[in-house]
Amino acid sequence: MELLGLFNYWVFAVLLMVGFYAVIAKTNMVKKLLGLSIFQGAVFLLYITMDKVDGGTAPIIQPGVVDAIYSNPLPQVLILTAIVVGISTTALGLALIVRIYEAYGTIEEDETQRLDIE
Amino acid sequence: MTPTLAIGLSLLLPALGAFAIAAADSRPNLRETITVLVALALAATVATLLPGVMAGERPELYLGELLPGISIAFKVEPLGMLYACLASGLWIVNSIYSIGYMRGNSEKHQTRFYVCFAIALAAVMGIAFAENLVTLFLFYEILTLSTYPLVAHKGDSNTIASARVYLGILLATSVGLLLPAIIWTYSVADTVSFVPGGILTGSLTGPGVGLLLALFVFGIGKAAVMPVHRWLPAAMVAPTPVSALLHAVAVVKAGVFTVTKVILYIFGTGLLAQEPSSNWLIFASAFTILAASIVALRQQNLKRMLAYSTIGQLSYVIMAAAVLTPLAKIGASIHMVAHAFGKITLFFAAGAIYTASKKTELNQLRGIGTQMPWTMAAFTIGALSMIGVPPTGGFVSKWFILAGAFQSDNYVAIFTIIVSTALNAAYFLPIIFAAWFAKPDPQLKSHGEAPTAIVVALSITALATLGFFFFNQPVLDLERALMDQ
Amino acid sequence: MSIASQLPALQIVVPLLVAPLTVLLRGSGLAWAAATAASAMAFAIAVALTLTALDGATISYDMGGWPAPYGIELRLDAFSALLLLLTTGASTLSLLGARDSIAELMGESREPLFYAAWLVALAGLCGIAITGDAFNVFVFMEISSLATYVLIAAGPDRRALTAAFKYLIMGTVGATFYLIGVGLVYMMTGTLNFADMEARLAEVDEVRPIVVAAGFITIGLALKAAIFPLHVWLPNAYSSAPNLVTVFIAACSTKVALYVLLRFDFFVFHGNLVGHAFQFSSFLAPLAVLGILVGSAVAVVESNVKRLLAYSSVAQLGYILLGASFGDLAGMTAAITLMFNHGLAKGALFMAIAALAMHTRGHTLADLSGAARQMPWTAAALVIAGASLIGIPGTAGFISKWLLLQAALQQGPLGVVAAVAVVAGSLAALAYVWRIIEPLYFGTAEGSTAGGSTAVYTATPPLLLLALWLAAGANVYFGLIPAVPVSLSELAAAELLGHLR
Repeated sequence: MELLGLFNYWVFAVLLMVGFYAVIAKTNMVKKLLGLSIFQGAVFLLYITMDKVDGGTAPIIQPGVVDAIYSNPLPQVLILTAIVVGISTTALGLALIVRIYEAYGTIEEDETQRLDIE
Repeated sequence: MTPTLAIGLSLLLPALGAFAIAAADSRPNLRETITVLVALALAATVATLLPGVMAGERPELYLGELLPGISIAFKVEPLGMLYACLASGLWIVNSIYSIGYMRGNSEKHQTRFYVCFAIALAAVMGIAFAENLVTLFLFYEILTLSTYPLVAHKGDSNTIASARVYLGILLATSVGLLLPAIIWTYSVADTVSFVPGGILTGSLTGPGVGLLLALFVFGIGKAAVMPVHRWLPAAMVAPTPVSALLHAVAVVKAGVFTVTKVILYIFGTGLLAQEPSSNWLIFASAFTILAASIVALRQQNLKRMLAYSTIGQLSYVIMAAAVLTPLAKIGASIHMVAHAFGKITLFFAAGAIYTASKKTELNQLRGIGTQMPWTMAAFTIGALSMIGVPPTGGFVSKWFILAGAFQSDNYVAIFTIIVSTALNAAYFLPIIFAAWFAKPDPQLKSHGEAPTAIVVALSITALATLGFFFFNQPVLDLERALMDQ
Repeated sequence: MSIASQLPALQIVVPLLVAPLTVLLRGSGLAWAAATAASAMAFAIAVALTLTALDGATISYDMGGWPAPYGIELRLDAFSALLLLLTTGASTLSLLGARDSIAELMGESREPLFYAAWLVALAGLCGIAITGDAFNVFVFMEISSLATYVLIAAGPDRRALTAAFKYLIMGTVGATFYLIGVGLVYMMTGTLNFADMEARLAEVDEVRPIVVAAGFITIGLALKAAIFPLHVWLPNAYSSAPNLVTVFIAACSTKVALYVLLRFDFFVFHGNLVGHAFQFSSFLAPLAVLGILVGSAVAVVESNVKRLLAYSSVAQLGYILLGASFGDLAGMTAAITLMFNHGLAKGALFMAIAALAMHTRGHTLADLSGAARQMPWTAAALVIAGASLIGIPGTAGFISKWLLLQAALQQGPLGVVAAVAVVAGSLAALAYVWRIIEPLYFGTAEGSTAGGSTAVYTATPPLLLLALWLAAGANVYFGLIPAVPVSLSELAAAELLGHLR
């Protein structure tokens, strides 16, 4: 059962590889970028998983509750930042793809390479 | 003038001279006056150091620390003193000659020529006075880089290809072999200073000695030990004054000077004498002497023949230093002087012939003696000195090297000297004979003597070649100090 | 509270705050002036900080008043001072020379945005160098990277777009790897502060996650630092970026990633992981040697000057990594000095190419043919910078090559192999630098591929020439008086490896 107990980490690993595969194997730039987002999403999951404390609740101090167990708030804050970074990257990547489409008329990587050689 | 100031000035004078020459770009007369004046001033400055060094002083100049334990510093010792005197003294003659040659052939870019020449001389002074290997290496590279424009002077594709060989071999050997050798030395000896008796004794033994020596000897490409000699014939595309002063005296002597200094002050003769792994140097230099002489026999172009002759003569110095006996050490230093006088005369003569008649090939020289008597007389003296016939300087140095070889019963060296003397005679005497006694080819236009400045210059060096046979005592006195070490 | 005590924060804040202001500035040259002024101010701050770091002092600054290790700590030591000096110096010099060529490339309306992106990139790089917090490094890394993608995409032809996209993908993968590693370390130690992490790692029993983290962090940063064989984005990015952007990023961006790599691997992991030293050197030293050989070999045959120099950078990064992989004080000192000196040499070289390209319009060796006749000063500066890259004595490159070879020879037989590779790389450098210089001086202008659009030689912008000569002068200055970078490198190396003693 220990293996299943690490369920979140399994999902993390699988998502990471799915994303990484798309980044490497796809020639379509939008698909590459999608893969990159999945890749980053997996890492968000890793951070969120590690902050969970058994029986812990959201780390918000409420009046009257004294001995509550809280989950670790720091990774959540970190990952909020990482999500912002991820969104920026995706936005910039999409903007680049638009420009590439305007310049080349395609968003397939191999085709842009072929057009450059010509 | 204090000795320290004199060291500083001898580095600064040619460097500042280069700026002054560049500034006088549009006025050729002023430019050439500056060149001659700077050369005179430099020789005078170097001369002020001489009495002190002969009296046993070792003046120093410390500029600053480059890395911990490694500084840019200068220290005058007998060998460097001799080299500095030689280069600065001959620069005066060569400047006079250059004026005649460059104007006589209406060369382009004359300002660049004089500027680079002055920078090269500054580098030569740095090499001569360097206190340690790193300082020497710094000026060694400056010399390589500053002579490149001189070699590539003509600027046509043929010249550039040759200049590429020149720069390529010199830089590649120095970066690829000499620098690792210096760093190796530093990492085992913790110093790179030149110390009489060597710095490696006790810290390096066995085959490592031979290997390090090889890195040094082949890394110092300017010494032209085969197989790193190809740059020297390639450098002959340069105008003749460059070949004369730089590729018969300053640059090539920088090479053998550095090798000698490394043998005497880095390894120390004691270490080399007890390490059999270093014996290869005698054979390598002997091979170079013989092979270069044989190649010289087959040359048709006068300057290329002289270049191969130079390669052979340089290895005399290295072989003499490698013989390791006291007399041979003196022979090595005297041969630098004797060969310098003789070979610069020969190149001056070659340039004079080119200026007067545009002749460059050996077979065109038949009967030229009657048309250019002064030039060919000087050429004859130079050639006799190369062979080692008295009363020329070449005899004196060969005498000492032979004596040194006999001191240690080094039969390889003795054999090489005898055979190469025969070979030298075999390639010089036919030229001299044809020049004086053969009938000139009637189809070739007759011509007169070269411009006066050229004739004056080559007469001076020819006289010096003769004079060195009789008046070599000061040099002997100076280099006697090497025996005591 | 004096202004001096706020300098570590100002180092980041000045460029970061001027960036949005720049966007608001309209009118020719105003944005440029503001960016250059901000960058120069950052440089001045870096100099001031370096002066304190030279004494061996470490400055710690608690961001927002939260004490370390809970708050974000800005931490300035010799290593970060050297990096700051290089980064802000490279940025200032390239901005100084950038005005005319960028104005021509971008047009007046987009110019302010370009300079804003530049300042953001600068702020990010400074932030990486000065922060003492692992996650903060990630944030600054992404700030600078995102801005750099924008700068590269501003290149003159469409290849810049694909190059920027490729860089974006690989850069983000690298950063995400780093993030995973930091997460794992945080999971085991509960801290993000470098110094605290180093101390707490000693108490961690289960080291397997830490080993995995070390792997992720090293690979991720190696991607960012373009370490062979993860260098594929670099030649495209360098060659298609606007010329002066290339100067900026070539001089410092890969070095900053290497800085984090060395800080993590040596400062944090080295003392706490058994066998880490062996793993690090046996894994990275062969890659470094391969990088030197392959990068040099490609540079020798490449005909596009910017790509040639980019491959030379791959080789030079190999030198740096090689020095670090020796894992001793001498090697680390050599590596850190190399980072600085290679930045100087490569920056000056790219700057010279930028000046030449304003007239020749092309970047192939044939395009440069004979340009030295019209532009003797630019060509002379290129020769000096080239000499520094080869390692001719009297230039900064010689100092670092000396240190590296000396460190290699102390390593025994394998060190000799390394030394041979370094020497081979130097000889290749001689060959490829010469391939640039010879046509420059002796080529005939007819060889130009520009064809119909004959090159027009106008005067080089004086500011660009000034910046170029300042860079070339720095190569000579630090070659003859190398005390500052060398002693900073020694301090930095001692700190990185301090706990080994």
